[in-house]
Amino acid sequence: MVQDKTISSRIFDIVNYTLLSIIGLVTILPFLHVIAGSFTTVTELAQKQFVLVPTVWSLDAYKYVFSTNTVFRSLGVSVGVTFLGTLFSMLLTCLMAYGLSRRDLDGRNFIMFMVLFTMLFSGGMIPTFLVVKEMGLIDTYAALIVPTAINAFNLIIMRNFFQNLPEGLEESAKIDGAGDWGILFRIVIPLSMPAIATISLFYAVTYWNTYMSAILYLNDAAKWPVQVILRQIVILASGLAADTSGMDEFVRPPEQTVKMAVIVIATLPILCVYPFLQKHFAKGALLGSIKG
Amino acid sequence: MLQSPAGFGAERKSEIMSETAVKTGMRKDAPTIPESGRMRRIVKNRAIYLMILPGFLYFLIFKYIPMSGLIIAFQDYQAYLGVTGSPWVGLKHFERLFTEPMFFTILGNTLLLFFLNLAFYFPVPIILALMLNEVRREVFKRFIQTLVYIPHFMSWVIIVSISFVMLSMDRGIINELLVMAGFEKINFLMSSDWFRPMYVLQIIWREAGWGTIIYLAAMAAIDPGLYEASRIDGASRFRQMWHITLPSIRSVIVVLLILKIGDVLELGFEHIYLLLNSMNRDVAEIFDTYVYTAGLKQGQFSFSTAVGFFKSLIGLILVMLANWLAKKAGEEGIY
Repeated sequence: MVQDKTISSRIFDIVNYTLLSIIGLVTILPFLHVIAGSFTTVTELAQKQFVLVPTVWSLDAYKYVFSTNTVFRSLGVSVGVTFLGTLFSMLLTCLMAYGLSRRDLDGRNFIMFMVLFTMLFSGGMIPTFLVVKEMGLIDTYAALIVPTAINAFNLIIMRNFFQNLPEGLEESAKIDGAGDWGILFRIVIPLSMPAIATISLFYAVTYWNTYMSAILYLNDAAKWPVQVILRQIVILASGLAADTSGMDEFVRPPEQTVKMAVIVIATLPILCVYPFLQKHFAKGALLGSIKG
Repeated sequence: MLQSPAGFGAERKSEIMSETAVKTGMRKDAPTIPESGRMRRIVKNRAIYLMILPGFLYFLIFKYIPMSGLIIAFQDYQAYLGVTGSPWVGLKHFERLFTEPMFFTILGNTLLLFFLNLAFYFPVPIILALMLNEVRREVFKRFIQTLVYIPHFMSWVIIVSISFVMLSMDRGIINELLVMAGFEKINFLMSSDWFRPMYVLQIIWREAGWGTIIYLAAMAAIDPGLYEASRIDGASRFRQMWHITLPSIRSVIVVLLILKIGDVLELGFEHIYLLLNSMNRDVAEIFDTYVYTAGLKQGQFSFSTAVGFFKSLIGLILVMLANWLAKKAGEEGIY
């Protein structure tokens, strides 16, 4: 492209770059503030209003957070649910997506319609709750995984990916005597690793962020994932929300630094995988916008 | 796809099959197969059906049984009587819904939040994408994108928690800054007046960056020749943005705008539930939070199911209306 070097163009660039820098900064400033605040002392936070780089470093908040079991246990729950949930979801999604990618399958269109319709209409919260209850899933970890195991959107992305693999591969595998399971696990899945990585990350983030399922299906506070604990400590402890049940272990309102530490703990895993997420998710978001 | 599930697929299928038949030189999979051939094909594909089965059961149990469970909206559901034993009451719960004063509050809240969202959130990703699109230094562009995408991956609990820590009366940074500037502290979190701005700002913070992706992709497809021609004609950068970039992504904007209509009732249950408290309930209560409170907190299963049913039905109609509008506008629909 020809360089445009007029003065007005230069001014445009300066203004644009400045504004974008400000927008970028404003977006992450709250995160930086919370991270910095979590590593300092209560008095430091009280005296210096805006801490980005605290003068006093301290791990007090983290020591306090881990002085009881609550946060530690909830982290264990979240890690377990994220790991098992992602595995379970990927297994179901890949199997179903591969089946639906086979064009010679009778009833394929019916099942696709069935899947798509759930994106437009649902039974809603109460009937779903009753089904989960009938199945005996209330107060089990499975309630965080099974009722949301397949995301229709992810399923369709996977199916489209499988469908776009060259057909000759399957044909030749069949001629070599491979069965349907063999084709899926030895040929289709190894060839689909980019898509599988993307969709796994989609699921993993969703499971890590799981919160509503726990509110709906888990009464037992010992089984709560970290997002629910975060809500208890930061949002309910501010003495605001109408619903103040389950405040067993944090009776007096926690200090700001403690709240910040819990936020950092719940955020950190996402920030760690973020570099991978960004690369894959942008692609995934576009994949999703292409029609099935 | 939804409109002609059979027709479209069958056509494609026979097309592909005849292709394969020609390629492999076999007539075994000829497009017209007699009934016995279909049976044989189903048996041959039994492994494939087995693969689909777990997913199929998932949709059946967790999506379709709840849909059939909507019939409790027409009953006085009692847990010990079950769906089969509970007495039928016709439209009683719907009548109650439309006479309940809360209904109009909820409807008003829903519509107002939707319009605020449309007016204040919707244009932000477009403007941001236009700005990013003008950046010629790839490194800088990618750096800013990396920053503004971050909040999208955070749960609503994290987004709301950070807001709460910063807006708190108890040494929240925003209130501290207000005091420093000589103002009084504001109780943002317990105020009806501040609920709506807070809701919209949190959506902008979390989603505006991520929302640019689809616009940036559309902008990447614009012919660079258009810009060069306009530059020779002496168009300024701003004019290029206005007369080339913006018209080029018009169709994407129209589609996303129309699709938003289908989402009027989907204001984000997780998000609003977190912000909701006794002080702002009059402006923050929406259908989903009302269903949750009436159903799971107060045990009015049938009534709350009726409320949810009403919401889902209106939602379905709106999505179909939106899709029809999109097609009318000459765009591809979502299905």
